[in-house]
Amino acid sequence: MPTFNDFLILLPEAYLTVAACVILLMDAFLKGGQRVAIHWLSIIVLLVGAWLVIDGQPATAVSGFSGMFIRDPVAEILKVFSLLTTALMFIYSRGYLRDRNINEGEYYALTLFAVIGIMVLVSAGSLVTVYLGLELLTLSSYALVALNRDSKLSSEAAIKYFVLGALASGMLLYGMSMIYGATHSLDLATILHVQNVEWRNLMLFGVVFAIVGIGFKLGAAPFHMWIPDVYQGAPTAVTIFIGTAQKIAAFGMAYRLLDSGLGAYAHEWRMMLAVLAVLSLAIGNLLAIVQTNLKRLLAYSTISHMGFLLLGLVEANPAGYSAAMFYAISYALTSAAAFGIILAMSRAGFECEEIDDFKGLNQRSPWFAFLMMLVMFSLAGVPPLFGFFGKLLVLQSAIDAGFLWLAVVGAVFAIIGLYYYLRVVKVMYFDAPVEGTDVRAQPDMPLRFVLSLNALALLALGIAWGPLFAWCQRAFGITA
Amino acid sequence: MDLSLSVLITIALAPLVGALLAGLFGRVIGRVGSHCVTILGVGIACALSIHVLWQLVSGDAKNFNQDVYTWFQAGNLHVSVGFMVDRLTAMMMVVVTFVSLLVHVYTIGYMADDPGYQRFFSYISLFTFSMLMLVMSNNFMQLFFGWEAVGLVSYLLIGFWYKKPTAIYANLKAFVVNRVGDFGFLLGIAAVLYFLNTLDYATAFDSAGALTGRAITVVGGHAWPAATVIGVLLFIGAMGKSAQVPLHVWLPDSMEGPTPISALIHAATMVTAGIFMVARMSPLFEMSEGALSFILVIGATTALFTGLIGIVQNDIKRVIAYSTLSQLGYMTVALGVSAYSGAVFHLMTHAFFKALLFLGAGSVIIGMHHEQDMRYMGGLRKYMPVTWITMWIGSLALAGTPFFAGFYSKDAIIEAVGESHRWGAGYAYFCVMAGVFVTSLYSFRLLYMTFHGAERFTVVGHHGHGHAAHGHAAVVGGQSIHSDPGHDAHGHDAADEHKEDSHHTPGELEHAPSESPWVVTVPLILLAIPSLLIGFFTVGPMLYGGWFGKAIHVEEQNNVLGELARDFHGATAAALHGFIQLPFLLALAGFIVATVIYLFKPALADSIKRALHPIWRVLDKKYWVDEVYFAIFAKGGVKLGRAFWRGGDAAVIDGVLIDGSASLVERIASGGRRLQSGFLYHYAFAMILGLILLLGGYWLVGQG
Amino acid sequence: MITLAHFIVLGAVLFCIAVAGVFINRKNVIVLLMAIELMLLAVNINFVAFSRFLGDVQGQVFVFFILTVAAAESAIGLAILTLLFRNRSTINVAEIDSMKG
Repeated sequence: MPTFNDFLILLPEAYLTVAACVILLMDAFLKGGQRVAIHWLSIIVLLVGAWLVIDGQPATAVSGFSGMFIRDPVAEILKVFSLLTTALMFIYSRGYLRDRNINEGEYYALTLFAVIGIMVLVSAGSLVTVYLGLELLTLSSYALVALNRDSKLSSEAAIKYFVLGALASGMLLYGMSMIYGATHSLDLATILHVQNVEWRNLMLFGVVFAIVGIGFKLGAAPFHMWIPDVYQGAPTAVTIFIGTAQKIAAFGMAYRLLDSGLGAYAHEWRMMLAVLAVLSLAIGNLLAIVQTNLKRLLAYSTISHMGFLLLGLVEANPAGYSAAMFYAISYALTSAAAFGIILAMSRAGFECEEIDDFKGLNQRSPWFAFLMMLVMFSLAGVPPLFGFFGKLLVLQSAIDAGFLWLAVVGAVFAIIGLYYYLRVVKVMYFDAPVEGTDVRAQPDMPLRFVLSLNALALLALGIAWGPLFAWCQRAFGITA
Repeated sequence: MDLSLSVLITIALAPLVGALLAGLFGRVIGRVGSHCVTILGVGIACALSIHVLWQLVSGDAKNFNQDVYTWFQAGNLHVSVGFMVDRLTAMMMVVVTFVSLLVHVYTIGYMADDPGYQRFFSYISLFTFSMLMLVMSNNFMQLFFGWEAVGLVSYLLIGFWYKKPTAIYANLKAFVVNRVGDFGFLLGIAAVLYFLNTLDYATAFDSAGALTGRAITVVGGHAWPAATVIGVLLFIGAMGKSAQVPLHVWLPDSMEGPTPISALIHAATMVTAGIFMVARMSPLFEMSEGALSFILVIGATTALFTGLIGIVQNDIKRVIAYSTLSQLGYMTVALGVSAYSGAVFHLMTHAFFKALLFLGAGSVIIGMHHEQDMRYMGGLRKYMPVTWITMWIGSLALAGTPFFAGFYSKDAIIEAVGESHRWGAGYAYFCVMAGVFVTSLYSFRLLYMTFHGAERFTVVGHHGHGHAAHGHAAVVGGQSIHSDPGHDAHGHDAADEHKEDSHHTPGELEHAPSESPWVVTVPLILLAIPSLLIGFFTVGPMLYGGWFGKAIHVEEQNNVLGELARDFHGATAAALHGFIQLPFLLALAGFIVATVIYLFKPALADSIKRALHPIWRVLDKKYWVDEVYFAIFAKGGVKLGRAFWRGGDAAVIDGVLIDGSASLVERIASGGRRLQSGFLYHYAFAMILGLILLLGGYWLVGQG
Repeated sequence: MITLAHFIVLGAVLFCIAVAGVFINRKNVIVLLMAIELMLLAVNINFVAFSRFLGDVQGQVFVFFILTVAAAESAIGLAILTLLFRNRSTINVAEIDSMKG
């Protein structure tokens, strides 16, 4: 039977569940102008959640519910950054939702449920928890993508996301059933320590199917096909969620399944991840070049970034995981700012998502053009920005893992990637604005302030990146 | 008293703060606010730099070498920010900040009506910061970052008037050419890391001896000495930045940027970064005779052949640009014969008189209402006396007239080349000697065509020829869009005599030329003083007195300046002796030829041009270097792009088609995008294919 | 005698039919939802069979979770389907391709 202690371990998640239900109820009862309270309350809920995560963090890893739920430093970091990036996204999205008459209450409640899904997923100690966390996250996400009910693109994106997502989770489950059959257990820690698996081939088939599920969640090629369409079709306020917190979750899922559960098969899955990494780097970077829609460009950029993240995972040791986690965090913060700028520029009836919309931005909103430049440079990995170190660390871990060729491929595609990021910068600074348009940032002070902080943090964390990386390393038991 | 770290940090950061304030809050603090904060920032940096130099010269401060901030450590790659300040650095700091300060002041006048005023100040302050980081660096990584940062600001400034197609073209050209140099430079740094296991200057220089006997096999199975490989690669970087043949093509085109930039970046400071870098790395370069010979030959070629082009140019700024190329060649020659002090000394004197010449040219351009073509000038001396006199001082210094700053530095280089026995020194000696004549010829040609002789422009009133609408545009704001006769879209020079810009009638001015305001003339005067005097006062210690101490390392057998020092008996004696030397006689010859042709018998110029037409044409076309590059690199890219266009894909990307590989990548990408068909079943199929791929891959591995 | 292998093969066949249903079907989105449902059933057969033959009850518990989640998934799927039909007046898979490239 679960004890009180088990629930104490689960406190942040339990708290968020209650809060999400309260917000859902408030949405039903509050009227018109009072609804702004939901916005601020949701942000406070997230920040309090982050505080609960940090404050209640035990010194060593503990587990509850017979090992199904694990609370360790890795989960702590992943949860804190998921909650923070979601809070950023709430601040950026408010005006966007209001301008489009999207039901705010549903948006906040669904997002909170999705965040709970992330928190369960990254704390999973059993295949069941992985599945439940993942489904809570993805089911909420399907609904979020479809949130703009009158948009053709939004519903098209939702159906594509749904069908492919269900297919991927079906494959993941099928893999889980094989792993269960081979190891007689659903518990990740037990699976890790099973010696002499009876049906080794069955087990390895299970590993392959699990990697398909992980690859889909990450958006690694060839399981990436949903990403461009969903990024483009979903309301930008939702795309930002898929581009930030979900990527952190995907890393968490990969770590839990591959290392905590299938660590004994690292030799096999490393090679598979390397293949996925190369495909993602190639497809992401090459197809991004020909995009004209910024959201779609960022989608392909995500695919390439997930390729880089996989470079960290192929090392399959704490050093590699900490590099990959650092990469996931740096990517999440950077893409939060990127979508934040798109949200800040959008108005009622105008989605600022074509690259041409950014032409001559420097003349109209020089400060936002500067922020966008920082973001693009960070995505491209230009020193001294945040993104540079992520790339440096994962390339290093690929080399340490003995995948020198993979690091070379990564470096080559990083250079090709420079091209399309710089194109955005070039458009902002050297092209004349399109006649008859008036692209400016919304006069929303909280948004402007937080977005500026977010983008400047990319510079600050690029210069002083040591503490964050040390935190990531400590989480994986590396003491400098 | 030792140098204090906080002072050095202040020197570096003060211009950055100014740049940020002017750049980010330019609208808030306004025009006056912008130039005040940036000038204050650079002023502080300048004053403190002089203080630092004084501390080092007066001898009671030790050289400074310390890491300030360790950025990261990955393997033996230790990347940090740190300062190494010795006399070489301190001298560069003073030159950079002093010229920068004057250019800031000058800009108030030059850019007075430009809409991008704040942006401009922000950029030049940012440039000053980057340049300071470059010269003060104590490691290769910071050097490289500074190197890229000055490059970046330089592109921003060349393309400052981004509505002007020639400026964008020039910008692109500078970018592409510099990438070639940077590639070599980066490889050089990698080679240093590979052979010496460190990126720290002091450590690397101390262990330079370890390079002896080490070799690296490049392609073809021939083993090259490690020191030569490092030296040549690093120098390729310098060739890009300091515009040495064959990477010189970007510098003349960079004159599309505003004139203060030409003075600060493309004459006095940034382009000398390559020279400074080689001098800084002297312990490494001394290890390789081969690399130094390479430097010598490249420098000599640049010194003579780019100078020759200067004779046939008509755009006042381009004449000075080619002169800059030629003078950079002289500095490079000095490096090539191990006379590093001579190179740095010439760098310093050149910074003053070339900045003076550029700013003077800018003043003329203001006076002529943004006319740059010397064929429509003449007789300006009575309109702009201060500019006239200061330009004469600058030109005399450039031509190497005894007692002027340029004399001491250039003469020392020529003599050092004469002393040297290095392979290629004979060729170099011929080039630098002939270069003296050429320098003198184009310098005085410029003076005569601009300030003397008959006025070749007419002053028309507001209603003249009905182009009043353009008249306004020509006066406002340095937007010399309308004042650019003969520049076609590809940046080729005023080649055809009679090709005229459709928007502007050359040689017609709305107002008579007039002297520029004091913010323009005062910097000219302040630069004229060092152009006149600095050589006289510093030649003794700097060149022959071992002033640089350990900052510059010369092997005993290479020490040509040491040889010369024995014959040196004070600056006055040297100058008097100079009057009977061959270089002076050559300069005099150049002066006489220029005087005869351009002052007394202007008609002679045309007949000479006809007589020597083949030669004239070669020079006018600049040896067809641009055309060759264009044919090889650009056309190839364009052809690929066209093929791709015919393939039926509408995805045409604006931007860099110069690079053939870029369009190849685009082709692959546009093919790849068909995979993303939009159909759900294709997406699902891709996932299943992926699954089968992984399963099959595992199956194959499992069987093997 | 029915062995574990029979069940595993049955599961595999069902799974393959489901996967084929997802990418061969070009007509109707509802068929996609059915195929996904079938895939989950294949997984359930696997779990139950393993659970029964290994004598471990966890697998059967997992099946309950999967059934519940599958119900929720279908609900969301049908909701999105309704939305799609309202916006585009079609649920033909071959016509949903306004985003591509």
